[in-house]
Amino acid sequence: MNVLSWTRRGLFAAAAGAALATGLALTPGTALAQTPPGVLIVGQIAEPKSLDPAAVTAQNDFRIVVNMYEGLVQYKSGTLEVEPSLAESWDVSEDGTEYTFKLREGVTFHDGTPFNAEAVKFNFDRMLDEEHPYHNTGPFPLAFFFSAITETQVVDEYTVKLVLNEPYAPLLSNLAYPTGLLVSPTAVAEYGEDYGRNPVGTGPFQFAEWRSNERVVVERYADYWGEPAEAEAVVFRPITDANTRVAEMLSGGIDVMVEVPPTALSEFQGEDYNIVEQAGPHVWFLILNAKEGPFADKRVRQAANYAINKEALVNDVLEGTAEVAAGPIPPAFAWAYNEELDPYPYDPEKARELIEEAGAEGAELTFYVTEGGSGMLDPIPMGTAIQADLNAVGLDVKIETYEWNTFLGEVNPGLEGKADMAEMAWMTNDPDTLPFLALRTAAFPSEGGFNSGYYSNPEVDALLDKARVETDQEERAKLYKEMQEIVQEDAPWVFVANWKQNAVTSDRVENLVLEPSFLLQLEDVVKN
Amino acid sequence: MGNYILKRLISAIPVLLGITIIVFLIMAMIPGDPATAILGSYATPENVEKLNRDLGLDKPLVTRYFIWLGNMLTGDFGRSFSLNRPVIDEILERFNATLILAGTSWLLCAIFGILAGVISASRQYGFADKAITFVVLIGISVPSFFLGMMMILLFAVNLRWLPASGMFAIYGGGDLPDLLRHLAMPAVALAVVATGVVARLSRSAMLEVLRQDYIRTARAKGVGERRVLYGHALRAAMVSIIPVLGIQAGFVLSGSVFIEIVFQWPGVGRMLVDAILTRDILLVQGGVVFVAACYVFFNICVDVAQSLLDPRIKT
Repeated sequence: MNVLSWTRRGLFAAAAGAALATGLALTPGTALAQTPPGVLIVGQIAEPKSLDPAAVTAQNDFRIVVNMYEGLVQYKSGTLEVEPSLAESWDVSEDGTEYTFKLREGVTFHDGTPFNAEAVKFNFDRMLDEEHPYHNTGPFPLAFFFSAITETQVVDEYTVKLVLNEPYAPLLSNLAYPTGLLVSPTAVAEYGEDYGRNPVGTGPFQFAEWRSNERVVVERYADYWGEPAEAEAVVFRPITDANTRVAEMLSGGIDVMVEVPPTALSEFQGEDYNIVEQAGPHVWFLILNAKEGPFADKRVRQAANYAINKEALVNDVLEGTAEVAAGPIPPAFAWAYNEELDPYPYDPEKARELIEEAGAEGAELTFYVTEGGSGMLDPIPMGTAIQADLNAVGLDVKIETYEWNTFLGEVNPGLEGKADMAEMAWMTNDPDTLPFLALRTAAFPSEGGFNSGYYSNPEVDALLDKARVETDQEERAKLYKEMQEIVQEDAPWVFVANWKQNAVTSDRVENLVLEPSFLLQLEDVVKN
Repeated sequence: MGNYILKRLISAIPVLLGITIIVFLIMAMIPGDPATAILGSYATPENVEKLNRDLGLDKPLVTRYFIWLGNMLTGDFGRSFSLNRPVIDEILERFNATLILAGTSWLLCAIFGILAGVISASRQYGFADKAITFVVLIGISVPSFFLGMMMILLFAVNLRWLPASGMFAIYGGGDLPDLLRHLAMPAVALAVVATGVVARLSRSAMLEVLRQDYIRTARAKGVGERRVLYGHALRAAMVSIIPVLGIQAGFVLSGSVFIEIVFQWPGVGRMLVDAILTRDILLVQGGVVFVAACYVFFNICVDVAQSLLDPRIKT
C-alpha cells in the first residue's frame, strides 16, 4: 500500500504543481485577447523577404513597404489610375521618350535625409546601372519594369528627368508599383546589403523593429509631410498556416486578416467582424496548347470555354471570392476594360457540337495542375472541377499535379510535347503586362516570353505593339478593347476567374479599404 | 572514457561529410530554381539567367560544392537570399526557439512517460495499468498537428485561456510567464506521442527487471517497496530506457516541424519548410547540416550516458 499512497501523493503534488504553473502563467492573462488600442495587428501570410522595395516581388511584402515608402506617383484610391505622390506634376515629351517630374519640396526621409532629385537619381541608378556602387545591394528582380530608362537626369534640386530609349506607355503605372518606391540613399550607404532589414523611406510609417518570423513593427512618422497616420503603430505578423490565421482572428490575437480562405469566411459573419472585398487586377486562366493536339483547332478551344461551368467554380469552389472572367484584361483596369464583352456562357450542348465539328471527340488531353502558388487560389479543386466539366462533353482529360516552382519550370518553357492545357494566374499593374508578355507571337517561350500555348495572331501583335507606345490613355484604351474582342473570339485561353481580394477586421478597426491594386494602405485605418 | 568520446567524435566526421554531399545534391537536383521562385510570374529565361548570375548560381556544381564546404569550415554558412541575412544568424536564432520547444517536450515526455511506465509495471494488469495503457494508446494514435489544432480551438478560440500561436505576445510581453503561456499548448501537443512511447517501453523494461532475482532478494531482506521500485528496479531499467529517450529527443526535434507550423513557432523546422518552398538553397543546406550535426551530437551523448550507467558496454 506504501507504493499506492506514495504515487497518489506524487500525482497530487505533480497535479498541484502543474495547476500552479498554469495559474501563474495565466494570471496576467486577463487582457490576453485584447490587443492595445492604436496598435493595429495585421495577420500576414508569410514572413517578408526584405523591406527594400526594389528587391521584393511578393504581394505579402508589398503590403508592408507601401506603408513606409512613397514613389513619384501612386494609384488613385479605388482605381488603377496614376496620381501625383512625391512628384507634384510631370510632363511627357511629344515623342514619349522624356518624362520630367517636378518634385514635392520639404520632404525628408525618416533618417533626416532630404528628398530631392539626387535621391531619385540614386534610386534608379542603383537598380539599373550595374556599375553603381550600391548595385550589389540587390538583386533587383523587377528592375526590368524600368529597363526602358536609359538615363536619370538631375535638372535642378527639385526637377528630375527620366530619358527612355523608346516610348513606353506603362512607365507611369510601373512607377506607382512598389518597385518604384523610393529609398533613402544615406540609409543604403550606411547598411549596404543589410538595407533590406533597415528600411528608410518617406511614408506615413517608419520602420521600428523586425523580429524574424515573429513580427515587423512600423510606427507613425511624426514629421510626415501629409496627413499623419491614424494608428500609432502597425504590427505585421507572419502566420503561414491558414487555419492558425483564422484561429488567431477568432481568438482576438490579430485585428486584420488578409487572404481569408473561402471556406473560413462563414466564421466571420456577424457583428463582431467586418469583411471587406475588392476585385483586383488578377486573371485565372487555362493556357491551351494552340500549336498541337486538339486545341490547335479554334473550335475546340472555344468548346472548352463553353464546357467549363465558371459560375459553379467561383460560387461553389471559391465560395464567391472571385468573379467570372470574360477576357485577358481584368475589369479592375476600368479604363482599358471592354465592358461590352460577356464571358463565355456555360453551354455544354454547344461545346459538344463544336467538338464534334472539329472531330475531337474522346481526345486525350494532359492537364497541368499546380498544388499552390501565388494567385492560384484553390488550384487542385478547381482543376478537378474543370476536368469533370471537360470529360462531360466528351473529352478525356488527365491531370498531372506539380509543386509550384516545379510547375513553373514545366509551364514557362512552353507546353509543346508535354501538355495540352495548364492552369495559370497573373496579377499585374498595367493592362499591358499580361497580354504583352503572354499573348504575342514575339512572346513565345523560345523568345523569352510567357506565351506557353503558342497563340499567334498578327492583328493582336500589332494592336499590342501600338498600345505600348501610345501615351494618350484614351487611344490606348481603344486599342486594348479591340484586342480583347479578338482574343476572346480566338480563345487561346479558357478565361476562368478574377479574384476578389478579401480581408476580415475586428469591430475595433475602422476605415480599412482594399485597393484594386491589392496594395494595403493603412495610414487612414483607425484602431480603437 | 575520454578516448571513447574522442573515437565517437572522429567517427562522426564522415557522417557529416556524407550529409553535406547528399543535401547539396538534393538541392541541386530538385526541379525549380531560386530565381524562378523569386521572380514568380516574371521568370523569363533572360531574367532568370541574370538573377542566377547575381546569386552566383551559374558556376559548375562541383565548384559550388567546394566553395560552400570551404566557407562552412571557416564558419561562413553564406547568405540566405530569401531572408537577406547570414544563414548562420538565422539558424542560431531559430534553433534557439526549437530547443525551447523540443527541450520542454522532451522533459515532459521523460518525466511523465517514465512515471506512467513505472506505475503501470508496478501494478501489472491492475486498474491503473489498464487506464494508463488505454490513455497511452490514444496518445500514440493522435497525430500531433491534429491535437494541436484541436487544442487551439478549445483553449484559444473558445475558452480564450491561451494565445493561439507565436512565441511571445505580439505587443509588450517577452518575459518568462509570457513565454510559458505561449509554450504550454505546443509543448504538450508535441510531447503526447513521445510520452506514450516512453511509457510503453518503460513499462516493459520495468517488468523485465522486476522479475529478476535480486528484486525478490531486495524485497525479502525488507527493503521498502518504493526503494525497490525507484532505487533498484528503475535504475537497472534506465539502461534500456535511456536509448529510447535519445530516440525521442530526435523525434520531438523532427516532430516539431508540424507543431511549429500549426502554432507558428519561430523554430528551425518551419524555417526549413519555408526555405525549401522558396528554393533558398544556402539556408536549406546550412539548416540541414546544422540539425544533422545536432542529431549526431545527441546520439553520442546517449551512447556516453549509457556506457556510464552500464559498465558492461565497452568504451
